Amino acid sequence: MFVRVAWLVLRKDFAIEAKTREILYTTLIFAVACVLVFSFAFVREGQPIEGAGGGILWIALLFSGNLALGRTFERERYGETIRALLLAPAPRAAIYVGKLLGIVALMSLAELILTPLVALLFHAPLFARPLHMIALLVLGTVGFSSVGTLFAAMLMRARTRDVLLPILLYPVTVPVIIAGVMGTSALMQTPADEPMAMLWISLMAFFDVVFVTLALWMFEPLMTE
Amino acid sequence: MRKLFTPLAILTAAMLGYAPIAIANAPYESTMLLVQKIFYFHLATWMALATAVTVCAAGSVIYLFKGNEKADRIAFAAAELSVVYCTFGLISGSLWGRKAWGVWWQWDAKLTMAFMLEMIFLGYLIVRKYAGPGAEKLAAAMGIFGAATAPFIYKSADWWRTVHPQTSVMKTLGEKAPPMWNVVWFCGVAFVLLFVVLLTLRVGLEDRRAELDRLYLEAEA
Amino acid sequence: MNMLRCAVMALFCVLLAAPAILAQTPQPPPATEGFVPANDLPAVEQLPAAPLVIGAYACFLVIMVGYAWSISRRLNTVEAEMRALEQRQARGSGQR
Repeated sequence: MFVRVAWLVLRKDFAIEAKTREILYTTLIFAVACVLVFSFAFVREGQPIEGAGGGILWIALLFSGNLALGRTFERERYGETIRALLLAPAPRAAIYVGKLLGIVALMSLAELILTPLVALLFHAPLFARPLHMIALLVLGTVGFSSVGTLFAAMLMRARTRDVLLPILLYPVTVPVIIAGVMGTSALMQTPADEPMAMLWISLMAFFDVVFVTLALWMFEPLMTE
Repeated sequence: MRKLFTPLAILTAAMLGYAPIAIANAPYESTMLLVQKIFYFHLATWMALATAVTVCAAGSVIYLFKGNEKADRIAFAAAELSVVYCTFGLISGSLWGRKAWGVWWQWDAKLTMAFMLEMIFLGYLIVRKYAGPGAEKLAAAMGIFGAATAPFIYKSADWWRTVHPQTSVMKTLGEKAPPMWNVVWFCGVAFVLLFVVLLTLRVGLEDRRAELDRLYLEAEA
Repeated sequence: MNMLRCAVMALFCVLLAAPAILAQTPQPPPATEGFVPANDLPAVEQLPAAPLVIGAYACFLVIMVGYAWSISRRLNTVEAEMRALEQRQARGSGQR
């Protein structure tokens, strides 16, 4: 029942997105625009600063993820579909998981384009250890999205929701971002520092477990009014 | 409980008044000499902050799951005090670091996480003020997440080699320098008592506000 | 209300004594263990620690007293609103 509901919510979001691809394209373009803006700060005499690529990747993901979250739930709010979802005799946590998986899928698609682009533009050896990099990205996306989905959902009915989402989300996801940037920097060293990267990956996994557990626990009381 | 307040306030004031004397008489630390004296208040403020964050989280959980409005008011007061204590902690640490490390700020794990905690509870206050109806629940969620990330500030100095002394320094201080250890705990207790006093005052304010809201609703009925 | 004011004033008065007491710190004894880099540095490179220490404690005083004062101020506003509301109600029910 739980898995079925989550899968149905995911399929619904996917079906809507597949038709217009609106959020996907706008998120991607925004992320690329971010990368362009960063180039003004992190390039000296035409050459990118050493090691800047990791930080730029994660910050671009953070900003574009924030937008994607806002837009996804704005769609729900506009169509008033969230009320229908909450009225349905389905476990609330399953709805949360369905929405979470949708956001993770969206951000993963963005990362698929963004990571090679950053590696290219900033001469960053992000693919020196591809498996570690993928692990970092997946875990980081899950961590960020878990808190983001919860906050975006709970802010749907609040005033000033657009500006409140980043204000609330960024401080809470700082541990995930730090782990991501540090792990990426470790992988970008000339002999890639694998033990260090593994430390950050395991720390990130730990944060993910904590955040997802908290979010699942809090989704029900937060969405009841 | 109300009768306890005045003696508690006087005790707190007395302890805080005596604290500078105790600190001045504490032995000097060999490498940092005078500037290390900031440490007593700096550490005490983080002890009080840990208390404040725990109280906020507990209040938030009770409010979120049981709907108890008194718990929500306590959580709000504790969050405001968390911001106050965190601000002082960051300022005192910065002043100490200027002499001890040579810089006003460093982006090591502990400072970054402490700054992050301040932002989380500032976010709590912002949500309370600007999110409109239902803001209490949103703020409660922020309080719980803030408390979840707080232990990492404490432990981060152990996990990452930073300029901060590791937490093991504190544990061995008791054996190596008992007079210092006593002053540390004295200041810590004084700060936590101050937190209790200020919390009581602040919750009293919130209670009066709730009473006023109730009166307004009655007047319109 | 009296209780609140008493508590705040007691706190304020005792804390006010703190900088005066602190300023009478005795001279530090010569450091014995470990390396003593600070003393070996030429005087121009050393930072005076006393202003930083006093600044930290003064900051504490300002922040805590300021916060207590802000609570007191907000409480006065709420009390004034309550009194205004009660007066309006008394006038309203008196006219009826």
